[in-house]
Amino acid sequence: MTDTSSALRIVWIYPDLLSTYGDQGNVLVLKRRAELRGIPTETVHVLSSDPVPEQGDVYLLGGGEDRPQILAAQRLRADGGLKRAAEAGAAVLAVCAGYQIVGESFGDDDDNPLAGVGILDVRSGRGQTRAVGEIVADVDPALGAGRITGFENHQGRTAVGPSARPLSTTATGIGNGDGTEGAVQGQVVGTYLHGPALPRNPALADMLLSWRVGGELAPLPPAWGERLHEERLAAALG
Amino acid sequence: MSELPLRAQLASVLGKSAASLSRATGRGDGSVIGGRVALKVEPDLLGKLARGRRLTLVSATNGKTTTTRLIAAALRELGPIATNEQGANMPTGHITALAKEPDARNGVLEVDEKYLPQVINATNPAVTVLMNLSRDQMDRASEINLLAKKWRDALRSSETHVVANADDPLVAWAGLGARHATWVSAGQRWKEDSWCCPECGGHLKRDPDPHWECPECGLARPDTGWAVDNDDDVVVDPNGVRFRMELNLPGDANRSNAAIAMAVGAAYGIHPKQSLPRLREIRSVAGRYTSVVTHGTEVRLLLAKNPAGWLESFAVLGPPDVPVLLSVNAQVPDGKDTSWLWDVDYTVLRERRVFVLGERRTDLALRLETDGVPFEVADRVDDVVARLKGERPDLAKVDVIANYTAFQQIRAAYGRVQ
Repeated sequence: MTDTSSALRIVWIYPDLLSTYGDQGNVLVLKRRAELRGIPTETVHVLSSDPVPEQGDVYLLGGGEDRPQILAAQRLRADGGLKRAAEAGAAVLAVCAGYQIVGESFGDDDDNPLAGVGILDVRSGRGQTRAVGEIVADVDPALGAGRITGFENHQGRTAVGPSARPLSTTATGIGNGDGTEGAVQGQVVGTYLHGPALPRNPALADMLLSWRVGGELAPLPPAWGERLHEERLAAALG
Repeated sequence: MSELPLRAQLASVLGKSAASLSRATGRGDGSVIGGRVALKVEPDLLGKLARGRRLTLVSATNGKTTTTRLIAAALRELGPIATNEQGANMPTGHITALAKEPDARNGVLEVDEKYLPQVINATNPAVTVLMNLSRDQMDRASEINLLAKKWRDALRSSETHVVANADDPLVAWAGLGARHATWVSAGQRWKEDSWCCPECGGHLKRDPDPHWECPECGLARPDTGWAVDNDDDVVVDPNGVRFRMELNLPGDANRSNAAIAMAVGAAYGIHPKQSLPRLREIRSVAGRYTSVVTHGTEVRLLLAKNPAGWLESFAVLGPPDVPVLLSVNAQVPDGKDTSWLWDVDYTVLRERRVFVLGERRTDLALRLETDGVPFEVADRVDDVVARLKGERPDLAKVDVIANYTAFQQIRAAYGRVQ
C-alpha cells in the first residue's frame, strides 16, 4: 500500500464457514483504527462459493466447527488466491480454526492429518483435553504488540516449524500447548485467541495496519479498547 | 401416584420433602434438589412418572420457557397438567414437575438441548417440539451441528410426533429423522448458523425466504402445515384458515412460539379457537417481558442470552424515544466468553439513548463505540431511571435487555417479578 491515495483493502475470508464467535470484531476494529487515522478502507466479504481476491492488504480468517473448517481448507487450497496474496506480501490474521487452516496440516475428527493452505509453517493435531478460558501471552518483543489477552476454546496442539516462529509466550492459558501461543512468518499471523482478538488487543491491530501502511502510525488517544485490554489482563492475572 | 411401584412412590415423596425444605430455607424454588434426591432412590423414576401420560417435550436454543408456558396454557383446556414452568429443564426438574401432579394425564416439559435425546428415551413423549438452534455459550455447550445429529438419532428410534420449525435448516434436518411430523413455518431471523447444509456441508440456497435447499445433496425445507403471517398478525392453520393472533407477548418470535403452541394443541385435539384465547392471557413468563414501575416510569425487562436473542429483542424495542439499557454479565450460566457481542449488529440503536450496565459493561462499551452508537455507563437500572426522570419528567417507558444472570439480578432488585 505505498500509494496512499488508495483504500486499505480488508478481506474477510468465508464468513459463511469461519465466523463462529464474534470474528466480525476483527474486521470492524481494523477498519475503525485505520479510519480514525484518516486511512480510507474497503471491506470485502468473500463467501466460500466465491473466488478469493488477490489484491487485498489484510486477510482475516476466523474460527469454525470441525466440518466447516475442513470445507474451508479444501476450498482455499483449490482456489489458491489466499496463498498467492500471502506470497505477494499481504498481511494475514488467522484465528482459531483459521490458524490451523493456514498451516501445513491440521487434524480431523480422528486426528488424521489434512492439508492446510501452507502459508504458515505450523502443524496442528488434537490434544487430550479442550483448552477453554482466558489466555494472556507476551508477544515477541520484536513485533512491538506487548502483552495480549483473549479467550481460547479449542482442542488443538500446534507445533511451530523452522520457517515460522511463535507469536508469543503464554503467561496463562494453553495456546500452542508448549508454553508458546500462535505463530508468525513474514506478515502471516496465526493465534488461538479466538473471535475478537483485535478488539481486545488494539496494539495487535495496529501492528497489522503498520505492516501495510508506509511509515509510523499516528497514535490514537486511549479509548474503550485500551480500557478493556487492561480490565481483562487484571481479571486473568489477578 | 397409586399406580407407581413402591420404590418410585418413596422416591417421589422424598423428593417432594427436599423441595419443600429448599423453599422453606430460601435456598431455591425446590425444582432441582427435589428431583436430585428422588433420582438417588429410583434411577428410572422419570420413566415411571411419565408412564401413562401424554407428554410434550419442548427444546430450542431460544424461547423454550415461553413456548412451554404457552403450550401449558393451551393444554389446560383438557384439565390439570404437569409442567416445569420455573424453567428447571434437566431431568431432576422434570421429575419434580411430574411428581407434583401425579394425576395429571397431560403435561409439557421444557428440556435443555443437551438432555433432549435422553429425555425422549426416558419419557416416550407423545409430542416433541423443536424450534431453533443457534450459537449459545460455546465455552460449555456442544457444537450445534453435533447437537442436531443427536436429536435426529434420538427421533429415529422414537414414536414421538414432532412439531418443528421448517424454516430453521438445522432443526428441520433433525426433525426429518422422526416418523411423524407437523411442520410449522415459524421463521428464522438469525441465519448466521445455517449457511451450510446439515446433511452434506454444501452452501445452502436460501431464496426466497423462508425457502431453503441444498444444491449439492437436494435436502430441502419440508412443506409446512402451519404458518405465521407477521405483517397481518395472523396464524394460518393446515386448512388455510387464518386466525388473528392479538397476543399480549411482543414480537415475531412470540407469534412463532404461539403458532407452535397451537399446532401442539391441535395434536391433542384442541381447536385454534379454543387455544388462542388461552395464549392471549399470557403477558409475561418468569419475568421475561414483564414491566415494573419505578420513579413513575414503566421498565420493561427483556431477556436475551445470545446473538439470535438480541436480534429478537431489538425487534420489539419501543419507539426511538424510548431509552434502552443493556446489561451483560459473563458468569457460568451466561457463558464466560463475551465474544458473541461481536456477532450482534448494534447500529440499529444509533438514534436511541443507550446505557450500558453489568459486570462486562466495558466489553459492551467497546462494542458500541465500534458500531458508532453513543452510550452512557451506569451501575443500576434505578439510577438510570432516576437520572432520566430528572431530565424528562414525562418519561413513560424504558426497555432493558439483559443476558441471563444480569437479568436475574435486575429481576431480584424488583422482588423477583414474574
